[in-house]
Amino acid sequence: MKPPPFDYHAPRSLGEALDTLAEVGEHGKVLAGGQSLIPMLNMRLAAPGHLVDINRLPGLADLDVEPGGVRVGALARHAQVERSERVAAVQPLLRRALRLVAHPVIRNRGTVVGSLAHADPAAELPAVLALLGGSVRLARPGAVRDVPAAAFFTGPLESAIEPGELAVSAFFPALPPRSGTAFREVARRHGDYALAGIAALVGLDDDLRVTGAAVACVSLGPVPVIVDVTEAAGHRPAAAADWAAAAQAVWERVEPEADIHATAAYRRHLAGVLAEQALRDAAREAADA
Amino acid sequence: MHEITLTVNGVVQQVAVPGRRLLSDCLRHDLGLTGTHVGCEHGVCGCCTVLLDGEPVRSCLVFAVGADGHEITTVEGLAAPDGTLSPVQRAFAECHGLQCGFCTPGFLCTVTALLRQNPAPTEEEVLEGVSGNLCRCTGYQNIVKSVHRAAEIMAEDR
Ligand SMILES: Cc1cc2nc3c(=O)[nH]c(=O)nc-3n(C[C@H](O)[C@H](O)[C@H](O)COP(=O)(O)OP(=O)(O)OC[C@H]3O[C@@H](n4cnc5c(N)ncnc54)[C@H](O)[C@@H]3O)c2cc1C
Ligand code: FES
Ligand code: FES
Repeated sequence: MKPPPFDYHAPRSLGEALDTLAEVGEHGKVLAGGQSLIPMLNMRLAAPGHLVDINRLPGLADLDVEPGGVRVGALARHAQVERSERVAAVQPLLRRALRLVAHPVIRNRGTVVGSLAHADPAAELPAVLALLGGSVRLARPGAVRDVPAAAFFTGPLESAIEPGELAVSAFFPALPPRSGTAFREVARRHGDYALAGIAALVGLDDDLRVTGAAVACVSLGPVPVIVDVTEAAGHRPAAAADWAAAAQAVWERVEPEADIHATAAYRRHLAGVLAEQALRDAAREAADA
Repeated sequence: MHEITLTVNGVVQQVAVPGRRLLSDCLRHDLGLTGTHVGCEHGVCGCCTVLLDGEPVRSCLVFAVGADGHEITTVEGLAAPDGTLSPVQRAFAECHGLQCGFCTPGFLCTVTALLRQNPAPTEEEVLEGVSGNLCRCTGYQNIVKSVHRAAEIMAEDR
């Protein structure tokens, strides 16, 4: 259970990091918090020729909080984002989701952007980015592009990041007025990956009628699955909306797989139960907002 | 090989390591500090937890070369230089917070950091705080008791 050998690079500037990544191309991997990459190396599930450690790059740990949303730099750790009151004020779903990510000791090292780059369909943050319609900023020498969440997650552990590219930040938009969010999941032990999880977003108009409702599903498909349930819930006051029908729509839409921890049928069952709970929580928060 | 400098338990150490040397192996094999235990090597068990610049981290999920220039505290560094046990160590001894002791170094480091951040944790905060460490022997009851007792000792000492 030791990592295979690799060439280790510790660039001191963004330019140097991008040049190194461009040079090593598909043989290179970025090392951020290492909380997913190092287990994969230890288990010999990955054997990159070059590791580009970005931990010594200046400026990448910044949290840029504006009324419109939160931009999280590539070196911002889970714990740092979780503790930030400024972040929680603008986008409370981030803190809620982060408390479900692994254990506190792992959150001290793991990064938010690393979690997105890792693109694990069982992870919480990809679902949050997808639900909120956020984006990831990717850089290579002389070029920067923003990839919206809908195009970013392309498969299990696969993202739109191309060899040689560095994810420099991710943007989580703030919520419009009169909207609420919630995150519900079932895990075998607090801090473990969820058997199934649901992040929900509900928006209301001035008469507190539902104008939009959607969920993002965790561990229920190859990527974070977004289900728009606005129609199913009905254009009714939040308290009278048909959240059971909305949950049924989620139940029908997901395509979970079985593993040693849960059957596909059990995961589908959880999807329905958690979706109804999360949508009700989010609607309540929207009505109180 | 990479020439690195680590300050371990207050002592500056220079060592040459290959890029793939895990911090846990560097501490145990290169520096002879075998108090840090290694269980799973993929972040699940918490046995290898040490303090990196005061923050608890999995030493099996950090490369030694990445810790170059940083400060590390292992279980060997928790007691006072004269050997007096730290409040957390005393509490674990008093409350029988261990049986075989394999998981203990990780628990001691995790709990030391937990109480530094939150000197009077609630029951729920203690459970959350130690949830990332596995113990095969004690059933956790006495470990949880030890954390509360350590908080008491620290409050008395203050
Ligand atoms: C015991 C355990 C339990 C866990 N439980 C959960 C959980 O419940 N939920 C959850 O979501 N996660 C969980 N994790 C994973 C953890 O949250 C990781 O911290 C996170 O997924 C990856 O972030 P990182 O910074 O550590 O990335 P790394 O491990 O450094 O990298 C992960 C991948 O992303 C790439 N990468 C990282 N940063 C960049 C970048 N800036 N640009 C381009 N590519 C990049 C790397 O090359 C690698 O392929 C768990 C981990 C452990 C060890
Ligand atoms: S050996 Fe590091 S967490 Fe298990
Ligand atoms: S005391 Fe034996 S593993 Fe915890």
